[in-house]
Amino acid sequence: MTCTKCKTKAVIGLPRHNAAFCKGCFNGFIHDQVARAIKSEWMFGKEAKILVAVSGGKDSLALWDILLKLGYKADALYVNLGIGTYSEESHAKVTQFAETVAAPHGATLHIHTVEQEAGAGIKELAQLIHRPTCSTCGTIKRYQFNRVAIEQQYDVMATGHNLDDEAARLLGNVLHWQEEYLEKQGPSLPASVAGFSKKVKPLFRLAERELAAYAVLNRIDYIVEECPMAKGSKMIQYKEVLNRLETESPGTKQTFYWGFLEKQSRKQPTATTMSEKDRAVLHPCTSCSQPTTAEVCSYCKMMARAKTVAPH
Amino acid sequence: MQVRLSHPSRTVEVKGPKKAKDLLRELNLVVEAHLVIKGDDLVTEDEMLYEGDQIEIRPVISGGSPRFTSHVPPFTSPQ
Repeated sequence: MTCTKCKTKAVIGLPRHNAAFCKGCFNGFIHDQVARAIKSEWMFGKEAKILVAVSGGKDSLALWDILLKLGYKADALYVNLGIGTYSEESHAKVTQFAETVAAPHGATLHIHTVEQEAGAGIKELAQLIHRPTCSTCGTIKRYQFNRVAIEQQYDVMATGHNLDDEAARLLGNVLHWQEEYLEKQGPSLPASVAGFSKKVKPLFRLAERELAAYAVLNRIDYIVEECPMAKGSKMIQYKEVLNRLETESPGTKQTFYWGFLEKQSRKQPTATTMSEKDRAVLHPCTSCSQPTTAEVCSYCKMMARAKTVAPH
Repeated sequence: MQVRLSHPSRTVEVKGPKKAKDLLRELNLVVEAHLVIKGDDLVTEDEMLYEGDQIEIRPVISGGSPRFTSHVPPFTSPQ
C-alpha cells in the first residue's frame, strides 16, 4: 500500500477516505482534520486559553499534543480517580507527557486527586453511595473539569471525544429514545450560564483507530490497558457493533454522526435554544455555586453522602 | 511468529508468513478496532508478516460513562 499523497510506503490505510498515508502525510491529515473541526464549529480562536481534560489514554494525550503543535495555548487537568494500579499507571503517563512534550511548549498540568478530597477512591466511593462506578466517575470528572476551567479562567475546556465516542453515544441515545440528550451531542457546547465553561470536542472528525495510530507513530506513551471499571460497558458494546458495520461498509460512523449534526444544524439555532433552556432551569448550587437545577448539586450531595456513611 | 495481544495481556504463536489482515481474521479480530505493529512500526493490513517477526496487535477501543460531556447529569438530581 502506498501513500495517496506522496507515493512512498504507507503506514495506515483509511478506507472511509479511500486513502492511505505515510507517517508525515498522516500527521498532516490529522492536524488538518482538527483545525477544520475547530474552525467549522467555532470552537476557539488562536489566542484562547484552553484546558484539556487528560486521562492518560490515547485520545486526550493526542489532543493535547495536536493543540500544542498547532500553536494553541493549552494546559491540561488530570483527575486521579484512585483505581489502584490503573490510576498509578495513567498518572505516570500523563506526568511524563507533561514534562517531556508539553512543558517545552510552556504548558502546565493541573492534578486533582479524588482520594484526597473524598477520602476514598472512585470504586469505594461508588459503593458507599450506591451508584454505578462509571456514573460516579462521570459526575466527578465533569464537576472538577468545569470547576478548574472556571476558577483558573480558561476560555474553553476541550475533551478527547472522537468520532467513535460520539457515534456510539448517539446510537445509545437513539436506541433508548433519549431525545433530551440529543441536542447536547454537538461538538461545541456553549457556556450557557455563568459558572459553566464552554466545552468542545476537537477530535469529532477522527476515528478512534486513527488517534491510536497517531499516538503510536508519534511515540506518545499512553495507557493501553482498558479502565477496569469500564469492562463490558454499554459504550464498548455500541462501539463494537459500529466497528463491525464500519469494516463491512467504510464511512458508516461518519455518515451516522455527521449526518445527525447536519440535520441538527438545519433544524434550529441550537446554541441559542440551549442557552435559553439552561438559563430557565439552572441556578447556583447553595453549597458550591456551580449551576444546578436543584438546591444542592449532585456533586455536593454525593460528597455529603460519602462523608456521612464513610467509616470513621 | 510471536503475537502480543491485550485485554487480557497475552502472547500467542501464529504460523507465518501471512498478511496482517489475514492474521486479524485468523484471530477473529475486526480491522477497524485494532492496529498491527511490527517491531516498533505501524503496518498496513496488506503488510506481509514472517516467522521471527515480533508482532503486537493493539486494540483501540476505550469507553466508560456514555454521557460524559453533557452539561446535564452532574448538576441535576435524578428524579
